[in-house]
Amino acid sequence: MKGDAAEWRPTAGLAALKRRAAMLAELRAFFAERGVLEVETPLLSAETTLDLHLEPLSSRAEAPGVERARMYLQTSPELAMKRLLAAGSGSIYQVCKAFRGGERGRWHNPEFTILEWYREGWDVRRLMREVAALIETLLAGSRRLEPATYVAYADLMRQHAGIDPHEASIEVLRRAVEDSPSPVDTSGLDRDDLLSRLFGERIEPRFAPDRVTVVFDYPASQAAMARLNASDPRTAERFEAYVGEIELANGYGELCDPAEQRQRMERDLASRHRTGRPLPPTPSRFLAALESGLPHCAGVALGLDRLLGLDLQAGSIDEMIAFPVERA
Amino acid sequence: MASYNMNQVRTGLKVLESGEPNVIISCDFIKPGKGQAFTRVKMRNLLNGRVNEKTYKPGDLLEGADVIETSMQYLYTDGEHWFFMNPDTYDQVEADASALGGAEQWIKEEDICNVTLWNGHPILVAAPNFVTREVVETDPGLKGDTSSGGNKPAKLETGAVVKVPLFIQTGESIRVDTRTGEYVSRGKT
Repeated sequence: MKGDAAEWRPTAGLAALKRRAAMLAELRAFFAERGVLEVETPLLSAETTLDLHLEPLSSRAEAPGVERARMYLQTSPELAMKRLLAAGSGSIYQVCKAFRGGERGRWHNPEFTILEWYREGWDVRRLMREVAALIETLLAGSRRLEPATYVAYADLMRQHAGIDPHEASIEVLRRAVEDSPSPVDTSGLDRDDLLSRLFGERIEPRFAPDRVTVVFDYPASQAAMARLNASDPRTAERFEAYVGEIELANGYGELCDPAEQRQRMERDLASRHRTGRPLPPTPSRFLAALESGLPHCAGVALGLDRLLGLDLQAGSIDEMIAFPVERA
Repeated sequence: MASYNMNQVRTGLKVLESGEPNVIISCDFIKPGKGQAFTRVKMRNLLNGRVNEKTYKPGDLLEGADVIETSMQYLYTDGEHWFFMNPDTYDQVEADASALGGAEQWIKEEDICNVTLWNGHPILVAAPNFVTREVVETDPGLKGDTSSGGNKPAKLETGAVVKVPLFIQTGESIRVDTRTGEYVSRGKT
């Protein structure tokens, strides 16, 4: 497409731009009615995620009094929003841009719009229901969804892949991944990579297109920033919401324990070091907020461009965003 | 030949897979928010036409295949090989029946064909999309038959048999779409 004379033009049509504007108004009404406060936090920050599967983009910020020159574009507003919660904000939401290096495809653009919210005092089950309610509300104009289904990660893997995700050996997982119409070389893939591949290939394509599917109780090794389940520590209070096979939202019963959070971050840093990946600094302001006390809460991030895409039955994220990365 | 990483793969790229040349017909980036990224690549084997799918990790590399498409002039056949010439350099190549894949029943000396070369060797020959060929054998049509209704087989000078309207007679030239094998019109004479 290089040199294409049409490159100045948006890839999204006017109908998509209008629907986006309307959806923003609808979601603000949804949260206003429920007494959730809209907030803004910096897109560019000295602290960022250490998650192994996210590559933060960074920039050099030079300004009088800026102590650290390297600043990161957020991969999500999670760290800053938890600092607000620790400071006593109560339940909050934010609609903002997030940035993830290396992610480009039919449903990925390195810059995209996130809707993220936190419910103080809520447990994760209650938030799962609110996520389904929000999706149903925002899609109500275009489709009538059947009631949402809620299903445990391990049940899906047992039923459709014949795998017990908590007990299966890595050899069993490797064989299952290799037994595929679209084979992949499994060398270098760890247990969670293999599970992730199996889930994407065998489970996601089964999700019904006419309802929200919420998958919960992810393996503890994929907890990210979720607390572990008190009743079964092999699982974490993490969930994902889908419509059809489109992954829309990822949420947690939030980990509030600063010691465990620090441990997980150190583990991620060590793993980044081992594999020669970038090593962002340990997010000390975020950890200090946890030390001072993050209230019990549940939080979730939702990909707004994808939700718009579902609403307009689009074939790709490009139909929803004015200027995807190649035209930005 | 160059290698391609997963940020470089795209539709139309020619790559080696299990030692054979393939053309990429689609690639999908798959990545859960909190998981390993993969790229699902669909490719067509240029030797046998089969479509295969494979999934790659971000660090995987695909080896490029030295495949080019070029226009060449058909010279002649010795019954086993078909000889083509690059009209600019006069270089000649010989293609076997598997590369012709049926194109031999349409082409005639001096036709310009689209030839796919792998390491300089022809692996695919496409006849021109439209050719005008003489009918060498067909049943005489009924007298007074007009352009509508019914057809009959006709054998062309190059060997193909196509369905033609009843009014076409032996010795006439007809225009044919070689991609579908269908009669288009009477040829210009």
